[in-house]
Amino acid sequence: MHVTLNVWRQNSSKEQGRFETYDVADISEDMSFLELFDVLNERLIAKGEEPVAFDSDCREGICGACSMMIDGQAHGPEKGTTTCQLHMRKFNDGDVITVEPWRATSFPVIKDLTVDRSAFDRIVESGGYIDAPTGAAQDANATLIPKAVADSAMDAAQCIGCGACVAACPNGAANLFTAAKVMHLNLLPQGQPERYDRAINMVETMDSYFGSCTNHGECQEACPKEISIDFIALMNKDYVKAQLKNRATLSQG
Amino acid sequence: MASSEKLNSKIPKGSMADKWNNHKFDVKLVNPANKRKFTVIVVGTGLAGASASATLAELGYNVKTFCFQDSPRRAHSIAAQGGINSAKNYKNDGDSVHRLFYDTVKGGDFRARESNVHRLAEVSVNIIDQCVAQGVPFAREYGGLLDNRSFGGAQVSRTFYARGQTGQQLLLGAYQALAHQIGLGKVEMFPRTEMLDVVVKDGKACGIVVRDLITGDISSHSAHAVVLATGGYSNAFYLSTNAKGCNVTATWRAHKKGAFFANPCYTQIHPTCIPASDDFQSKLTLMSESLRNDGRIWVPISKDETRAAADIPEEERDYYLERKYPAFGNLVPRDIASRNAKTVVDEGRGVGPLKNGVYLDFSDAINRLGKHVIEERYGNLFQMYERITGEDPYKTPMRIYPALHYTMGGLWVDYDLMSNLDGLFVIGEANFSDHGANRLGASALMQGLADGYFVLPYTIGDYLAPLLGEGVVPTDDPVFSAAENEVHDRVDQLLSIKGTRSPDDFHRELGKVLWDNCGMERSKESLEKALEEIPRIREEFYKDLRVLGTDDELNDSLEKAGRVADFLEFGELMVRDALHREESCGGHFRVEHQTEEGEAKRDDENFTYVGAWEYTGDLASPQLHKEELEFEEVHLTQRSYK
Repeated sequence: MHVTLNVWRQNSSKEQGRFETYDVADISEDMSFLELFDVLNERLIAKGEEPVAFDSDCREGICGACSMMIDGQAHGPEKGTTTCQLHMRKFNDGDVITVEPWRATSFPVIKDLTVDRSAFDRIVESGGYIDAPTGAAQDANATLIPKAVADSAMDAAQCIGCGACVAACPNGAANLFTAAKVMHLNLLPQGQPERYDRAINMVETMDSYFGSCTNHGECQEACPKEISIDFIALMNKDYVKAQLKNRATLSQG
Repeated sequence: MASSEKLNSKIPKGSMADKWNNHKFDVKLVNPANKRKFTVIVVGTGLAGASASATLAELGYNVKTFCFQDSPRRAHSIAAQGGINSAKNYKNDGDSVHRLFYDTVKGGDFRARESNVHRLAEVSVNIIDQCVAQGVPFAREYGGLLDNRSFGGAQVSRTFYARGQTGQQLLLGAYQALAHQIGLGKVEMFPRTEMLDVVVKDGKACGIVVRDLITGDISSHSAHAVVLATGGYSNAFYLSTNAKGCNVTATWRAHKKGAFFANPCYTQIHPTCIPASDDFQSKLTLMSESLRNDGRIWVPISKDETRAAADIPEEERDYYLERKYPAFGNLVPRDIASRNAKTVVDEGRGVGPLKNGVYLDFSDAINRLGKHVIEERYGNLFQMYERITGEDPYKTPMRIYPALHYTMGGLWVDYDLMSNLDGLFVIGEANFSDHGANRLGASALMQGLADGYFVLPYTIGDYLAPLLGEGVVPTDDPVFSAAENEVHDRVDQLLSIKGTRSPDDFHRELGKVLWDNCGMERSKESLEKALEEIPRIREEFYKDLRVLGTDDELNDSLEKAGRVADFLEFGELMVRDALHREESCGGHFRVEHQTEEGEAKRDDENFTYVGAWEYTGDLASPQLHKEELEFEEVHLTQRSYK
């Protein structure tokens, strides 16, 4: 196969970026999209040009490091797939492919296709946990959790924190990420004591970094784990309820 | 044989079942109000590092945590699929702490320290409680109880799992606990920061030197103790199931500062990975071993077979594991499953376009249980397989082949998980302690969390308590500036070679030498060949490496070059260890030492010891120290899974 890549190059967050065009010939359709970049980089190094910087680590679709906007789509054209699991057999010989970093003000470009997603960590630090210090736990089977509840929590917990939802959103909103994090814990019995504080703290932290959600739904289309925007509705419900609840009197229902 | 004087394993007195309890009572305590007077550095944020950071901070210590990833949540523990063992006996099938202990010692081919393994089995029970309390969404039965499954090499169902992504869910639990402490200001977190040296003063680890991967700044951090939780060294082989960033740099740098490296030749090959398809392959993808519960492994009887799998009649298939090991069948331990796959592929009976795999066939399970059950158990794995290969495993069998996956060797530690350097603790895959020569499935997650949540937080207090009132070594001390200078020099050296070959190119070359000569099978001849090749590649590396760009920016090539440089040194030690160990055990298979049936043949009389290597300044002549292993509870027997 032979493809032409238009790749965003930017030396640092302070400098202007630009597109560079690279012809990449003699590639196999069994390559992953990142292996295409590996090959491109090896060839650039051989020519004495600096390789393209991009994030990747596990290359099995679970660490959430890879992050490429491919022809305007976060992680490319295949649904439910990270860039590292996208293979060249999904493209045609001769294709011209445009590759950009995640597009969102909240994810500043560090270099080329590498962006800074640390705002996600700030959201989790503000409430995305259950306060269960090591050693204090009861027996794991002491609390029964209906399978349906555990499964729903798991559906939310699948989020790999890649940021595709933000990159795909016309508003640069992080509601799908935040909802997945909030609802993973808010659905579970263990998450109940901190449920409403969690909703408020995480939503407000999210709002301080990201744009607002207007229910476009692009996020769930882009999500490599196919997390549903239903979780956003559930998070909004908890956030609204939290405004009405006086937490000191929660025990009174 | 007596143990080397330099290796005091500090195994507590008492019966095996009492040792840990006795020890917990005997260790010195740091008063709650005094814990904030101590600073601890943790390097790495996988299961071990994240759980240790969070737990130490909860106890009140000041913690500084470092990872090279952009977020602590991405450490490679995240990729573990199958599950985590625990001796809960929820299935009432005869499991117990003793059985998990026994299975682990036996599975490790009698090359692990019994006392450590027993402690691991004991705390395995607490881990599940802790994880559930944190909100880890383990799979459940309809009644709301936790579900379990049996997992590679175990005859009881003791494995807890969360779909096919147990590693991610456990890591998120530990990461969330860590994030909580970061939010509270008890942990100072340094992402995208790579440790490039350990600093030692008067025989004690007192800090580290790191490089900020975005700005290139090199800086020092000091502490009362340093904890390495930096994972294993499978990527020495270039192609492995490890994430691209996994490396040996932290442990190798510690080794060069005096920490002993134990059993580096114990490497584990995972039996169920997707076979390589071509030279550009950047890594190998693992398919969870849990697939072996429902999949049947086979190859055609004839090596001239050309038909599609479904067209090959039953009587022309060889279900070789079921045939050779009727009691365990497809669930034999990893090393046995791997070597048998190599045997049939070497016989020319491999499947796939390159004839480099064996079939893992689900058609019987789908007929017996229905497609929806298989989909529920392995849906995401099947999807992943289809994405990578373009084949649908519901219709045609998967093709699998072994790949490097985990390393049992690591820095030598005593019962307290402290290396021979005072104040340098090593936890998780980075240490050598619990898995002997072979790790059982679903035990890596267990060990990482055991060390981080339940062992280190107790044992580190025993080291810190007497230091009360002592400050940390200031980072303007000459030991720090000397270490920083060394790091600067190394970085400058890599950038100044200006040769023609990329770091990856050298890494691939090293990987091939190691895989061919020190991989699934090793011989005196192959190992000696590797010892000729590796120094040659190293020499070439320092003559012809090309790293473009500068040291004051994000520079992926520079990061890789530093890691490859360390692999090039470490690889030689691994080969020397493999050459010296004239026996076969677990993941270390010397062709000269096998039974008539082709099984690993141990030499208990001469090799029942931990081989811990000391760096002497000359890579060609490391000094071997031996820790004799004594087996009080589990009697040495030849492993048999027939």
